[in-house]
Amino acid sequence: MTDILNQKEMKVIVFQLLDMEYAISVDIVQSIEKVLSVTRVPKTPAYVKGVINLRGLVTPIVDLRERFGLATKEMDDSSRIIIVTLDEYDVGLIVDAANDVLDIPVDAIEPQPEVVGTIESDFISGVAKVEKHLLVMLNLDKVLEPVKRATLDEF
Amino acid sequence: MDTNQYLEMFIDESKEHLQACNEHLLELEKNPQDLAIVNEVFRSAHTLKGMSATMGYEDIADLTHMMENVLDAIRNSKIRVTTEILDIVFRAVDYLEEMVLDIASGGTGKKDVRELVDSLNRIEVGGGVAEAETAATVVLEDKASQEDALNYDGYEMTVISQSFEQGFSAFEIIVKLREDCLLKAARVYMVFEILEKSGEIVKSEPKVERLENEDFNETFTVALITKEDADVLKAKVMKVSEIESVTVISVTTDYLMRDKYNEISESPDSNPQVIIETDVKKGSNDQKGKRNTGVQSGNKTIRVNIDRLDILMNLFEELVIDRGRLQSIASEIHNPELNETVERITRVSGDLQSIILNMRMIPVETVFNRFPKMVRQLARDLNKKIELEVIGAETELDRTVIDEIGDPLVHLIRNALDHGIESPAERIAKGKPEVGTVTLRAYHSGNHVFIELEDDGAGVNRERVLAKAIKSGIVSSEMAQSLTDRQVAELILASGFSTAEKISDVSGRGVGLDVVKNTIESLGGFISIESKEGQGSLFQVQLPLTLSIISVMLVELESEVFAIPLSSIIETAIIQTSEIMKAHNQQVIDFRGNIIPLVNLTEIFEMPERIGETNGYQSIVIVRKGEKLAGLVVDSFIGQQEIVLKSLGNYLQSVFAISGATILGNGQVALIVDCNALIK
Repeated sequence: MTDILNQKEMKVIVFQLLDMEYAISVDIVQSIEKVLSVTRVPKTPAYVKGVINLRGLVTPIVDLRERFGLATKEMDDSSRIIIVTLDEYDVGLIVDAANDVLDIPVDAIEPQPEVVGTIESDFISGVAKVEKHLLVMLNLDKVLEPVKRATLDEF
Repeated sequence: MDTNQYLEMFIDESKEHLQACNEHLLELEKNPQDLAIVNEVFRSAHTLKGMSATMGYEDIADLTHMMENVLDAIRNSKIRVTTEILDIVFRAVDYLEEMVLDIASGGTGKKDVRELVDSLNRIEVGGGVAEAETAATVVLEDKASQEDALNYDGYEMTVISQSFEQGFSAFEIIVKLREDCLLKAARVYMVFEILEKSGEIVKSEPKVERLENEDFNETFTVALITKEDADVLKAKVMKVSEIESVTVISVTTDYLMRDKYNEISESPDSNPQVIIETDVKKGSNDQKGKRNTGVQSGNKTIRVNIDRLDILMNLFEELVIDRGRLQSIASEIHNPELNETVERITRVSGDLQSIILNMRMIPVETVFNRFPKMVRQLARDLNKKIELEVIGAETELDRTVIDEIGDPLVHLIRNALDHGIESPAERIAKGKPEVGTVTLRAYHSGNHVFIELEDDGAGVNRERVLAKAIKSGIVSSEMAQSLTDRQVAELILASGFSTAEKISDVSGRGVGLDVVKNTIESLGGFISIESKEGQGSLFQVQLPLTLSIISVMLVELESEVFAIPLSSIIETAIIQTSEIMKAHNQQVIDFRGNIIPLVNLTEIFEMPERIGETNGYQSIVIVRKGEKLAGLVVDSFIGQQEIVLKSLGNYLQSVFAISGATILGNGQVALIVDCNALIK
């Protein structure tokens, strides 16, 4: 996402968590899936919901609400899994709803406001104001740091 | 010409041809009289020359060209195969390999080949190897008595068959001079002059130089392309005085072929064998030769990237999942036609599955075939006499395993040759045959492949190994006394252990057998050693057939399904809960006299606490890690199944007690239990 400065506009996928709208670049989104059956993986952080069978590939999925420390919610009909592809791996993100694909002008993206002191501030790369909406741009590299081995000590 | 697009093909094919050269040269060393083998080598070298010239790799082309000349001389019986000659040819092949590897890694494939070209040149001319001349005469006399038949190389054959197309005919003219002929060379000259006026001489036997030197008996043969009649030719030649007889044989395409067969069947078997170190028993050798030619003619292959096979596999699994859905729909609808179709799909897709799985299997031969040459070279370096026997090279293994086992095997063989087999003098002193035998064996057993390396060498010296192990702190001296011979032998696999007293070229490079052990274990295999001092050692490597498909026992815990690899399972049992005992806060059971700990999987996998208690019985899977056992407590057994192993990916790096995942028939993901992590 470093080369966004070279472009005037950026295509993003807008999704919803609670009452907030977030955006990630379409470039890294592989697909948006309806909720599939999830196999729990023990001894992983709570936000890792488990793994799914994505057309023959075992793909881990992360509950973004839990990752951001928001109130959890059961998956329902409007829930979606956004499959994103980072450098080394694919991960599915559970979101409340995937709303829209938008072109946002790059100069509408501002750095994150300093005052935000919540846990999610680390994960935010900027904020974009488009018409009446406020979109939170996510820093997925931070959100999706690999889950390392749960140490034997806990056991 | 832009040759880049062909580069990969060139490299692959070159490697194949070089491998073929190596194999055939080794065979040639064992059967120096078999000219059919020379032809095989020649063909590979020739193709390689053509390819490399097209691709612009001059050095490779030059070297192969010289190799070809030498081979040509061998098959024309100009020189006899000796270990010295083969050494140089082997070195040429080594050079070629290096150059091809250089090209593969982005280099230019350039190398100073002058020295080698010179040696090859010397062999070809015959100057360097004195005994070649005498040998050739011996062969020649042999042949003369059998009514000498010419034998053509590819080029000559092409020339002849092309001349047929242009309306020429070809003859072999066998001229016999009178015994009292005084000026043999002059007569030859006259015959040649006549023939050259009538057509074009393709070749002569013996070669012109030798004819000019009068280095032949009474008979010589000339192959001629001409438009003249056989009788006319005969009459013309007969005009030369001191000629006893002239026989003109018409050469046809069939005749050329017949010649070849004659050549092979008539090649004398009783001639003295060249003494070589890597000599293999005649019987097994003949068999191998036969099989090889069979394989060669019927084996057409195509290279496929393994990633593509993986994609195919994934798609196929999708199909299997949909098949499962179809089956359940069909069983609800009860339509006979639908049922029949679904059954057919089931059968066909089952066959398809085994084909896809089989596509990934390749014979272990691809790894084994580099060893004969290696053993030959090592035996010479070490001044030992060693015979390598290869059994079961056709045993098939998954590509992923094949790629990994090469290096460990090289290591084991080096070890066996360097430390195992004694020097010829020592062996004679011990009353053993002078030539040591190393046997490399591969075979299937159950879901595993076994690769064994057996030698009849010195075996493991208990005292020396123990002394060394105690010195390097691997075992304590008290412990040492209680170890069995087998345990002592296996100490040489421990890290930081090497019994080599002096560092030789072959081993003692600071890499011990522990690396071998680690590699094999990382593949899910085992290595064990049996050794009798003074009689030899047996290294046995057990490997899974494939790394991507494993047999598992599916078990249920609450509503979740887990897979336990069968390779870890000893057996399953249903026990009464009253049999469970407590020892130090650890649940244990008495399993055939052994007290083994129970592992509660629901706890480890953090499952919500069970609501209703069991009905007094408990299902247990007994698993092992090495010698240690443990019982895994599960809710119920589902059954045994072959599954396709999938990793959890890079995001979830090494989850505790889970070694991977698989996709079940219903599309669900099941996790695979890592039993090694559960037993400390």
